[in-house]
Amino acid sequence: MPKLLAIGLVAGFFGAIFGVGGGIVIVPLLTLLLAFDQRRAAGTSLAAILVASVAGAVTYGFHGDVKVGAAALVGIPAVFGVLLGTTLQQRIPVQKLSYGFAAVLAVVGVRLLL
Amino acid sequence: MTVALVILIGALGGVLAGLFGVGGGILFVPTLALVLGLTQLHAEATSLLAILPTALAGTWRQRRYGNVDVRAAALIGVASIVGVQGGVLVAESLADSTLRRLFGALLLVTAAHIVWRLRRKPAEESSIPGRIR
Repeated sequence: MPKLLAIGLVAGFFGAIFGVGGGIVIVPLLTLLLAFDQRRAAGTSLAAILVASVAGAVTYGFHGDVKVGAAALVGIPAVFGVLLGTTLQQRIPVQKLSYGFAAVLAVVGVRLLL
Repeated sequence: MTVALVILIGALGGVLAGLFGVGGGILFVPTLALVLGLTQLHAEATSLLAILPTALAGTWRQRRYGNVDVRAAALIGVASIVGVQGGVLVAESLADSTLRRLFGALLLVTAAHIVWRLRRKPAEESSIPGRIR
């Protein structure tokens, strides 16, 4: 239980600073500290992210930083995208594509760094 | 025009998130910042709201697969509320350009993480359905 609470603290902090759910923190920590297998770690992480995202959106909302229209514009189409993406995942060889995706992330990362 | 573009990128971001097992947020933040021109702080704050529908759909799906440990998720979630307060305070206090660079660094780390994951356990990782982070 202390480990789970510690994971939550770190994930919430990290997720709020970066505006992401925190799965990149939760999944490895659940597998490393509590021996969750990957699927269970990913599934549990998602449910935890729900709470963390609401907390983040509400807290930022109090500061007037949340643009609700923009969130809907990106977030609602994304649901359909994810359903399509997870279906495609079963059908196409994702591995090679993943290297390309990592490269795109790296390019955007450098663009933001400069 | 921008609206149509953002809707398209949102959907595409979702496809990529579903395909490669990363979270919507990592794609939403750059979209909101670079395409819609939000400040980095506003993009990150807005991303947390934009994540919600995706995380809801994903959780619902994963729960059907029996992959959600509800007690663990609840404990992590409750503790995260405290962590979030610290994160928001730090983000609010940083210059927008610093926040943007930090996010750029996060993207590089994520890219490295994806490659590392692929090299370690390709078969298991790539077969995880409905994985959104």
